[in-house]
Amino acid sequence: MARKITIEPVTRVEGHGKVTIQLDPQNNVLDSRFHIVEFRGFERFVQGRPYWEAPVLVQRLCGICPVSHHLAAAKAMDVIVGVGPDGLTPTAEKMRRLMHYGQMFQSHALHFFHLVSPDLLFGVDADPAIRNVIGVAMKFPDLAVQGVMMRKFGQEIIRVTAGKKIHGTGAIPGGINKNLSVQERDEFLKGADPMNIKKMIEWAQAAVNLFKDYHKKNKDFIDSFAAFPSNHLSLVRKDGALDLYHGVLRAVDADGKKILNDVDYQDYLKYVGEEVRSWSYMKFPYLKSLGKKDGWYRVGPLARLNTADFIPTPLAQKEFEEFKAYTNGKPNNMSMHMHWARLIELLHSAEMIEQLLNDPDLQGDKLVAKGTKVKEGVGLIEAPRGTLFHHYRINDNDQIEMANLIVSTTNNNEPMNRAVNWVAVNQISGKKEITEGMLNAVEVAIRAYDPCLSCATHAIGKMPLEVTLVDAEGNVVDQKRK
Amino acid sequence: MLNNVKCLVYGYGNPGRQDDGLGIELALRIENDEHLSKYVDVDYNYQLNIEDALTISEYDLVIFADAALNIDKPYELTKIQPAHTITFTTHELSAESILALCQDLYNKKPESYIMAIRGYEWEMGLPMTSKAKCNLDDAYTFLTKFIENYFARCMAGKGI
Repeated sequence: MARKITIEPVTRVEGHGKVTIQLDPQNNVLDSRFHIVEFRGFERFVQGRPYWEAPVLVQRLCGICPVSHHLAAAKAMDVIVGVGPDGLTPTAEKMRRLMHYGQMFQSHALHFFHLVSPDLLFGVDADPAIRNVIGVAMKFPDLAVQGVMMRKFGQEIIRVTAGKKIHGTGAIPGGINKNLSVQERDEFLKGADPMNIKKMIEWAQAAVNLFKDYHKKNKDFIDSFAAFPSNHLSLVRKDGALDLYHGVLRAVDADGKKILNDVDYQDYLKYVGEEVRSWSYMKFPYLKSLGKKDGWYRVGPLARLNTADFIPTPLAQKEFEEFKAYTNGKPNNMSMHMHWARLIELLHSAEMIEQLLNDPDLQGDKLVAKGTKVKEGVGLIEAPRGTLFHHYRINDNDQIEMANLIVSTTNNNEPMNRAVNWVAVNQISGKKEITEGMLNAVEVAIRAYDPCLSCATHAIGKMPLEVTLVDAEGNVVDQKRK
Repeated sequence: MLNNVKCLVYGYGNPGRQDDGLGIELALRIENDEHLSKYVDVDYNYQLNIEDALTISEYDLVIFADAALNIDKPYELTKIQPAHTITFTTHELSAESILALCQDLYNKKPESYIMAIRGYEWEMGLPMTSKAKCNLDDAYTFLTKFIENYFARCMAGKGI
């Protein structure tokens, strides 16, 4: 009997995902698909709203990375108010950068300590009852406390730069609405241990080392699991440096050849298309120059370290050199190395926060720049999970009449499908029994990309995970819930 | 804080999505209550996360407030215990998991409850439904009395 395995985490009203693996009667994989029910209503929701509301409104889209949406929308509105992406005052740009690197720091710390470290510390096949952040807290409490404090530090950076925890208002079209006081600055620079940036840098370095130690002992798994060649896309600074806030758009192929050579992202529609496939609600972006079949790409930490020439902070640069040397300078196409890249970015973010905190421009009083308004603007940012596109057009009444968003998880749609297929073919195909470990392997592959499955709403009473086996006639033959 | 007894009301959800903001709205009402706000702290966020274990470790009584889909009453206050379980998805933790983390990492176990308030609609950008607002009113009235009684018991030496 042919079977279909479905892994369906339904934790939110919208934005859930599920994995479907179609097996033949011998349990060989016929096909696999990773579905995410993407919420697209937002683009209609903002139509008719005044453009200056966009940076606050877009935070309603996602409770996980509201800062990224806030800043991407603000960057698009900078263009619309005629300031342009490069016209902010130094205080405004650096305050936004501080907010953004605070967001990257807390998001990457959360991902590593909450999501990845249980797999690394207990093993992918370990009992799910202990393979989680609470298991880490019980067995490795010092590490778990580090995760908590790093998250809290990043959240505090966001709070003082965005103004509040929910629906922050820090970034406005053309600038920001507050600077950083000396007292706020000193809390981060000179706070009692561990809540100061020196300790955060030390812990970020330790997290990189923890991964490297694990890698040494588990080379085969880390290097081969869900590895496949791909193109890579991200922003880079104009001189080729890693830059998570602003830059030009660069893409390289699996061998490192530039296929998008530092172009202005205002023209992204010339270079990036979005394919619709009948079985998925989520689009599949691709580089137009390579076409739908070959133009798909990865975004996120791995892609960023593959496109950048260097990292402009010393400790992260040293780690970057080791990372690049591992693949002889060629792009790294190993999905599990996404964790390594993410931790190097964690370290870089901590170093950037320190640099920014020591910059007196943050206490400047020129907060907003002015220009001549135009009708259309694009804002791009490197969100924790990858490149985030915001594109808006306004009418004569200053109302938004068109919005187009391509979020990081959408950019990684095809790579996540490839990763799931890798697991299906290499670890599930032909096996007589589907074990918990195999199902977790699917999750591990997805988790490397840290997709935003659970956007926006949160309410008690939703089912966390459902696994359903369906035969060729559509009958449910087995069902598991986690 | 009152007589060294600390109470926190922590609302979570997305106020940009109709009834999903019920938990935060309840926390904001407490914050704006001239009387209660003198001795009850309030916090809120889109969702619970690991650092909240540290936050709640500093309190004796914690009320987590959230919107709920699956209750048949306007609201329900339930005492919770630490739970060492975790769900597949990653970017959220339950109140019970936060309590477990608090116990494991900080050796503290505040008396904790979930105030679940029934919601009905979750669309982006639309106002809270009138039925949900009624439930919020009822939940607020009940919680106010509950907290006052808790402090009264503490002051009488019978609490905690």
